[in-house]
Amino acid sequence: MYIYDKYDHDILSQRVAQFRDQTRRYLDGSLSEAEFLPLRLQNGLYVQRLAPMLRINVPYGMLNTTQLRRLARIARDYDKGYCHVSTRQNIQYNWPDLEQVPDILAELAEVEMHGTQSSGNCIRNITSDQFAGTAPDEVVDPRPYCEIIRQWSSFHPEFAFLPRKFKIAISGSELDRAAIQVHDIGLQLVTDNNGEIGFKVIVGGGLGRTPVIGSVIREFLPRLEVLNYLEAILRVYNLHGRRDNKFKARIKILVRAMGADVFAEAVEQEWQQIKESPSTLRDEDFDNAKAFFTEPAYETLNDDAVQTALEQQSADNRAFSKWLERNVRPHKVAGYAAVTLSLKPTGIAPGDITDGQLEVIADLADQYSFSEVRTTHEQNMVLADVKKSDLFALWEAARSAGFATPNIGTLTDIICCPGGDFCSLANAKSIPIAEAIQRQFSDLDYVYDLGDLDLNISGCMNACGHHHVGHIGILGVDKKGQEFYQVMLGGNAGNNASLAKVLGPAFGADDMPQVVQKVVDVFLENRTEEELFIDTYQRIGITPFKERVYAKAS
Amino acid sequence: MPKLVKDGAITEDQWTLLDKPDDSPEAVVIPAGCVIVPLSVWQAQKDSLTHRSDIGVWIDSDESAFDLGEDASTLPLVAVNFPGFMDGRAFSTARLLRERFHFGGELRAIGAFIRDQMGYLSRCGVNAFQFEDESIDLTEAMKSLNDFTEYYQASVNQPQPLFRRRSA
Repeated sequence: MYIYDKYDHDILSQRVAQFRDQTRRYLDGSLSEAEFLPLRLQNGLYVQRLAPMLRINVPYGMLNTTQLRRLARIARDYDKGYCHVSTRQNIQYNWPDLEQVPDILAELAEVEMHGTQSSGNCIRNITSDQFAGTAPDEVVDPRPYCEIIRQWSSFHPEFAFLPRKFKIAISGSELDRAAIQVHDIGLQLVTDNNGEIGFKVIVGGGLGRTPVIGSVIREFLPRLEVLNYLEAILRVYNLHGRRDNKFKARIKILVRAMGADVFAEAVEQEWQQIKESPSTLRDEDFDNAKAFFTEPAYETLNDDAVQTALEQQSADNRAFSKWLERNVRPHKVAGYAAVTLSLKPTGIAPGDITDGQLEVIADLADQYSFSEVRTTHEQNMVLADVKKSDLFALWEAARSAGFATPNIGTLTDIICCPGGDFCSLANAKSIPIAEAIQRQFSDLDYVYDLGDLDLNISGCMNACGHHHVGHIGILGVDKKGQEFYQVMLGGNAGNNASLAKVLGPAFGADDMPQVVQKVVDVFLENRTEEELFIDTYQRIGITPFKERVYAKAS
Repeated sequence: MPKLVKDGAITEDQWTLLDKPDDSPEAVVIPAGCVIVPLSVWQAQKDSLTHRSDIGVWIDSDESAFDLGEDASTLPLVAVNFPGFMDGRAFSTARLLRERFHFGGELRAIGAFIRDQMGYLSRCGVNAFQFEDESIDLTEAMKSLNDFTEYYQASVNQPQPLFRRRSA
């Protein structure tokens, strides 16, 4: 994991001092509300429906246990004893006092954390694969690249007042787990025929009001040039992105308006001018970054032996076996596995976690996973390096702490934004809808039988709940002061990214569990043996679903 | 005489800023003395203005450093305007003037920028700051120039990014 040196610490402590002074000037009236707005946003502070919300970056989802414990302490001392894992791998506090935010940021800086650029019209936290460094399908570990780009984007003098927010995601594996096609920039690490590492560059994807799958503007960018090339993209966007209408200000609108080819050409021209600048990376710069992400001290284990033992435990204990099936993933190192801790038990807002639970996870990570934890954009947490022989003990501990719900990747592992209960942008509540659906599908065997099924809920068209890329997507809408829910089907966030189609007119909150049930019924009646929901949907199309859901009662 | 921040000190402003004309930039009469003219006026009257050494040009946020281009290096002053402080195009324009067009004169921020942007502006090559709001306490505002002492990226005043200096 990346460790700060004196430079990083100095920069961050100066940032805390800067924001402390800005907050003071705001509170004494010398900084206006409008002027304070982008400054507080770029330190993570929103003003929400009920209280401020503070968003803390978790760079590419990596946390150590010291940081986890500090997050727990902050939840206890400054908030109501819990926090929330966001759909961009970040941590959010819902109840801090504005006056105390500089103190919170100072506490975070001590453990190398911050809210810098976690909101506002700037380059946001870099997100990535939660299984980075451990996944068997990994081509290149993305974390050193994430860190290099994190540093480049932090306090970038030219790009702090962009037309709109700007999100970058990086994937280094065959299977895209970072949703790179729906980011402002998606970077796919690839190797060329000579074994040279580079990036496939995707630009102009995004969800929100106008969902778009990004366009590939360069098939292979040598890694040495990545900062120059990013600078070229951002410069073209900063100068040409629309600023007259905030709903048309994202880079996706610019790419569409210019055409991806013309946009790519503009970037190419700018890049030719700044190519080989001092920001060009050297092999040694990658080596330096990689040195922070070396493998932990894995033991040499006999996979066959532990596998046999696991199968025995699994045969003896059905609940454990389900958990193994859903929440445990293969690891590139023999005898190890990656475990997802579910933050989606029924009745808890998806992604919410208490101070006590954070500390339990820290203890488990210290005991079983080299003191590191990852957050996921599906709003769960991961212990990425667990010995298979420890899985049973870990499962028992996780179960008693409440995060062993064996539902990862299933219908009840719902991605859900905070919605109208917290967020001032929301048109409708989302958490109660998630809970009602979880209750409708409380039979775990039934849910397993459905297989992988992504259900994503957003409380407004800003799409923090990624509803466009859910196999089933739900969007909260406001009609004359009443909350309604639009259902869409067929979205997909991975390699074959696709955007969901609207099923038809919206429903009231009370109807939602039955609507989802009918959609699932159509799937069950039509699927072939091997099909997952998304496969059946793609084969039979939206009509059978529409007919069932909107059928007149006979 | 109004004051501004230049090269880290408060000085008197010698220059007069000429507003954009509604039409006919070629017909605008340029007074004597140090005058900062709009880009459109410069473009329309370049031939008669090039012999003067007391003409500067200001670029609005929807205009481009490329429109001034190589002319920049012949001028003593170029200004970049902020119609609103959230409009960040001037950051790129300033950097292009310095790095692409090798402008070495006074690069001035004008308009509605705020003191909290001075650090970033300075790193983009701006060395003079003329606030639209003349009531701003410049001594206070200047403190924002010193918020940070170290940076990750390359910039106009530090062409070497931190990763190169770190490993040196």
